[in-house]
Amino acid sequence: MPSLDEGTPLFVQIAEHLADDIVDGVLAEGERVPSTNELAAFYRINPATAAKGINVLVDEAVLEKRRGIGMFVASGAREQLRERRRKRFAEQYLDPTLAEARRLDIDTDTLVSLIRGSGWHNGGSAE
Amino acid sequence: MIPPISATALSRRYRDQVALDNISLTVEPGTVTGLLGRNGAGKTTLMRIITGQEFPTSGAVRVFGQVPAENDAVLRRMVFVREEQPYPDFRVGQAVRVASWFYPNWSEALAQQLLADFGLPLRRRIRKLSRGMRSAVGITIGLAARAELTLFDEPYAGLDAVARQLFYDRLLADFAEHPRTVVLSTHLIDEAADLLEHVVMLDRGRVVLDAPADDVRGTMVTVSGPANAVEEFVAGRAVWHRQRLGSRASVTVAGPFDFAAQARARALHLSLEPLSLQQLLVHAASLSAEEKVSA
Repeated sequence: MPSLDEGTPLFVQIAEHLADDIVDGVLAEGERVPSTNELAAFYRINPATAAKGINVLVDEAVLEKRRGIGMFVASGAREQLRERRRKRFAEQYLDPTLAEARRLDIDTDTLVSLIRGSGWHNGGSAE
Repeated sequence: MIPPISATALSRRYRDQVALDNISLTVEPGTVTGLLGRNGAGKTTLMRIITGQEFPTSGAVRVFGQVPAENDAVLRRMVFVREEQPYPDFRVGQAVRVASWFYPNWSEALAQQLLADFGLPLRRRIRKLSRGMRSAVGITIGLAARAELTLFDEPYAGLDAVARQLFYDRLLADFAEHPRTVVLSTHLIDEAADLLEHVVMLDRGRVVLDAPADDVRGTMVTVSGPANAVEEFVAGRAVWHRQRLGSRASVTVAGPFDFAAQARARALHLSLEPLSLQQLLVHAASLSAEEKVSA
């Protein structure tokens, strides 16, 4: 059973899981996404909550409704999601890393060398 | 649209004890509502009044717009499964058959599936069943009735975690195919939380919370870290609880925190931990207790 965390509204988490699958190519463009009831059964959540999650992605034009058949991944959805995530990358992933680096007095050069893959094992401290 | 349940200024007193204290609430059609609260909070009394088994001392309750008591037309549209439901001296199969005559939307296929799922012996007398099996009979009838208004009052006495999960799964699956209004009272809040679309919390006969479940998530967040940074970070927010240990503090405040606030918390080395529904209930109960004391 997939895990959902406590703080984020469930429908937001459902939308993010679907978005992850689209970014990873697990759900290809033009492919049908699971129905509200399938999502509800899989995550063990209320169907109304699952529907709300899907609607978030419909509003963002990541998913499109085809009458009578279901929800499908819109064309261009993957690139759109990747672009949006690139914009958030710095604050989501780099900021916490830099904050911790500052706390530990790891300077920028050391950080860069860590990213390049040298000095992994001694945490970047001088040899 | 006429709501399945609406209560207005509802009170119920027994001699010197107040079971329900001026409750007003509306349950929307097609939702799963959790009726939460500690033992003695008034959940069962409220459900008994809704199902016409008890009269309010004052105020009114309407079910599908009508007074439920002794109203057969309304009673057939709802099913009520209680904790420790008493049965006449029936065998399992007989109890299920009698129920099937009463409820207009009864699904025999679902009943048979649930009987098999729970491994219920059809020919066994109900009073010879274990507590958990008796609960399973109630759950079977409650779900197979497919009543427009389905009320479960702590329906799983004696059921283990696996059987409870079976109940949640079957409820969700059938609710998805055949939408109806479900009210589930439970003290196992965290395990039922994700099924609920709406939560109503009772404490000492009063409604202390009545909100969509999604709004409740993240409403309270515990911020902890260096005391100065914590205090700076939570300034201006309503504080529910404050704890200090040396130079560290842990303060529970009203959330939620947006993206920027979360980033700022990381920069200040603070940890943010949202309260679960269960923890929220404990807080809501202790708050209303303080109110009572100070009143």
